[in-house]
Order: sequence, then structure tokens, then C-alpha cells
Amino acid sequence: MVTVVPLEYLLIVAAIMFFTGVYGFLTRRNLITMLMSLELILNSVNINFAAFNRYLFPGKLEGHFFSLFIIAVAASEAAVAIAIIINIYRRFATINVEDVSEMKY
Amino acid sequence: MEGNQIMFAIFGIAIIIFSILTVTSRRILRAAVSLFFVLLSTAGIYFLLNFQFLAAVQITLYAGGIVVLIIFSILLTSQISHKFEAVELKKKVFSAIAAIAGAVLVITTILSYSFQADTAVAAEVNMKLIGKTLMETGENGFVLPFEVISVLLVAAMIGAIVVAKKSKSETEDINKK
Repeated sequence: MVTVVPLEYLLIVAAIMFFTGVYGFLTRRNLITMLMSLELILNSVNINFAAFNRYLFPGKLEGHFFSLFIIAVAASEAAVAIAIIINIYRRFATINVEDVSEMKY
Repeated sequence: MEGNQIMFAIFGIAIIIFSILTVTSRRILRAAVSLFFVLLSTAGIYFLLNFQFLAAVQITLYAGGIVVLIIFSILLTSQISHKFEAVELKKKVFSAIAAIAGAVLVITTILSYSFQADTAVAAEVNMKLIGKTLMETGENGFVLPFEVISVLLVAAMIGAIVVAKKSKSETEDINKK
């Protein structure tokens, strides 16, 4: 892999994925789809970490472990976000961000 | 073309196509399934980079855990047959301009920098090495982030339970009905 595919290709795939996530975050108005765009963004960062680790510092493991930690952070973030979304749905009967403008009930 | 190149091409194209489908699909369940394929292709790229453990964690936690969580919350909050209304043209155009401008900037920066790949044969990342490194306190150890992550997971778990559980008065209201 290191000798046949240049590092730039991996970085370009990750960059396209990142900005697709940004586009989704800007256009979507449903909380769950916004969360999905966020997962795309975090995932593209993980690819970058792993690729830099393997191509530029093959003797070390920093990128590998930080990808692991980012996956753990993403999992806990998704759990809390979905708890909040379900609570919002119970309260307002919608998860459209434009219809949810009150915070305190 | 070598096998690795072909596999990378497949995974790369799958990632790009399915991530675009994830943000443009007007049916929410289809978007979730596209996200699932993006995460699986990412696991494939980790396999190509010889990070087998990372790929396994990606499949179990992301593709297995987070996608199932998202699909469950979709089933709880939306109607399956519901179709999103199309995004306003103005918003679409401006968001696309922002995203494409950012992508062009980043990609030109990447291409203008010549990375010198280190072709030294990398050490195999086996479970023994991973466990040892995670628990080591010395120069190459990761015990501090490991502990911080465990505290974060406990906090997130408690927070999710507290946020999602019904308040006492609400439960009483439902019982009265």
C-alpha cells in the first residue's frame, strides 16, 4: 500500500469526505441528518490520522491511537446527541431545527 | 495495476459516492444506509493500511454501534415514508460554494506539498503491542488519554440516561391518562 498508492490520494479522499460533511451540515435541517454529517467529518479526520501514521512515521503509533480515541469520543457524542434528540422530539413532536427555538420548558 | 491499487480505487470511489448520497438523499433511512457504507469503506482503507485492530474497532463501533443507534432514533422520531422537502436553491448554491471552495483550497495545499513517504517496513501492529502501549506510562505510553476517555464514557453514559429518561411528573401524567 505505501509503495503503490501515494499519500496524496488518501488525503484527497478524506478532504472530499470532510467537505461533503460540511455541505450536509449547512443544508440539512433535520437534527439526525446533521448528526450524520458530523460523523462524516470525524471519520475523514480519522483517515488522515491513520494515513499520516502509516506513511510518514511507520515506527510509531500516535496516529493509530488517536484514531481510536476519536472513535470513542464520537461514540459518546452520538449517544448524548441522540438522547437529546429523543427528548426534543418528546417535547416538541418535531426534530426540525427551525421549529425548536425554546430551550427552557 | 496491483491488487492494493484496485482495492483503494474501489474504496475511495465508494466513500465519495456514498458520502454525497448521505448528505443529499431526501429519504432519511437511505441516508443512514449510505452512511453505513461510507463507514465500511473506511474500515476497508484501514485494512489496506495494515491497521487491522483499528479496522475492527471501526466496524464494531461505528458501523455496528453508531449506525444502529441512528437508525433506531430515526424509527422513533420520523415516519419512514416521509420525504424531505427539497433544499432552497439559494441555500444549496451558497453551501455548495463554501464546501467546494474549502475543498479546492485544501486539495491544492496537499498537492503543493511533496510528502516523502517513509518506505521502511512498518512493525506489525498486533494486539500485544496495542495493549502494552495503551497501558504504558513511559515515553511511548497512552495511559493518560486512555483514562480520560474512560471517564468521558462514564460521563456520557450517565448524561445520556439522565437526559433521555422521563421526568417524574411526566410519567404521572401518562399514568393518569
